[in-house]
Amino acid sequence: MTTNDLTPTPGQTIGPFFGYFNAAENVHLPFENGQHLVPASDERAIQLTGTVYDGAGDPIPDAMLEIWQADENGNIPTQDGSLIRDPFVFTGWGRATTDNVGTYRFTTVEPGPTEDGKAPFIHVVVFARGLLNKLHTRAYIPDTEGLENDPTIAALGDRAETVIAKRDGKRLILDIHIQGDNETVFFQFPGMTYPKP
Amino acid sequence: MPEQNTARLDPQATTDPQETIDAEIAQIQTDYRASVEADASKEETQPRLNYPPYRSSLLRHPTKDLHHTDPETIELHSPAFGHRDVHILESDLTIQHNGEPIGERIKVRGKVIDGNGRPVRNQLIEIWQANAAGRYIHKRDQHPAPIDPNFSGVGRAITGEDGSYEFTTIKPAPYPWKNHHNAWRPAHIHFSLFGTDFTQRMITQMYFPGDPLFSLDPIYQGITDQKARDRLVATYDHSVTSHEWNTGYTFDIVLTGSQRTWMEDEDHDH
Ligand SMILES: [Fe+2]
Repeated sequence: MTTNDLTPTPGQTIGPFFGYFNAAENVHLPFENGQHLVPASDERAIQLTGTVYDGAGDPIPDAMLEIWQADENGNIPTQDGSLIRDPFVFTGWGRATTDNVGTYRFTTVEPGPTEDGKAPFIHVVVFARGLLNKLHTRAYIPDTEGLENDPTIAALGDRAETVIAKRDGKRLILDIHIQGDNETVFFQFPGMTYPKP
Repeated sequence: MPEQNTARLDPQATTDPQETIDAEIAQIQTDYRASVEADASKEETQPRLNYPPYRSSLLRHPTKDLHHTDPETIELHSPAFGHRDVHILESDLTIQHNGEPIGERIKVRGKVIDGNGRPVRNQLIEIWQANAAGRYIHKRDQHPAPIDPNFSGVGRAITGEDGSYEFTTIKPAPYPWKNHHNAWRPAHIHFSLFGTDFTQRMITQMYFPGDPLFSLDPIYQGITDQKARDRLVATYDHSVTSHEWNTGYTFDIVLTGSQRTWMEDEDHDH
């Protein structure tokens, strides 16, 4: 590779061996409280949860998800401490692995709109064994003002519901279907390529 | 029990011989080369998500078109990491235990830049890998090769002002997996990277030059273009090798371009 080659480096699958975290051991990528952006005892705390499915409708037990979001006032976190958190500072980023039945769980706050009238969402990136590159999606917060007028949501038509979380008390639920009839909408931002024959 | 487990965890595992996989890879290569020859704009720089020789990709790739969109405000920023998060010694994977790990001690050094050539500074870079026998510390790794009590195979670093990083580790060995009969992965180190925009987030694998398993591996070959595949192969660099201590490799990483409107002062604030 030459240093003046600015073509992006290709991605590869995360594979199956990206680590785990338990009381006795921490073999990262997962890390202590990685899925808890705020403690569950925080009065603002909500849970973002769901199950990740493959094209046969089977849960994927070896996926890793990360979220990145604004705080409850729509402010974008800029302070470090994303891995080793100060519980009084919201750093906006979390990492969770799916469990044996494909379920992920984050404890976080409900983001506010980053600009007036914008639809607030939590950005989600998905990695998994068998998935040769990352996939980006969003978990939109339901019943917000911005959602009704959001051009991205409007452009998605019927498929918009795959990226709008469902509210159940203090839970926001968003299942992710990598493939199939209910396939989640994944976003492709400028500069990214996903080649197909 | 282990057998039951692996079957469940890898439902796409097949007993296909290597020759079947080779023939599928060769056909995709032939078709790809023909398509680029006919139309240079068909050149591919990233892996295909649907790459049938990698059996696990069959049910784990989207079949609908991805939705093209511009990033919104939050997506033009990234989480912040600093020396609060990562200790300087976490970049040396050979000193995490009481003794020296077994294997060839290596340094891997490089730079992380974005697609506009800007260094990605003060960002988290994580690696994980098998040991010198091809074994991971992982409950799902059933390969009957020894665990090294002095090697966990995980490291972290924060990039420098010029986007640079350096890890000291042990050269990993190839290891078998269940994609097909007698399937072996080329030796590799997994890399996880952040940019200045969260849309630049990426995970990849770094390989070693001249690995004889390259042509047989459906994960590496999932990138159909040779030039693109070469971007994942580190370069042996004698200037990174040090006297009577380690051999050395360089591996530079380019993220996609930042979509943020960079202010003069942001660009030159150091
Ligand atoms: Fe691996």
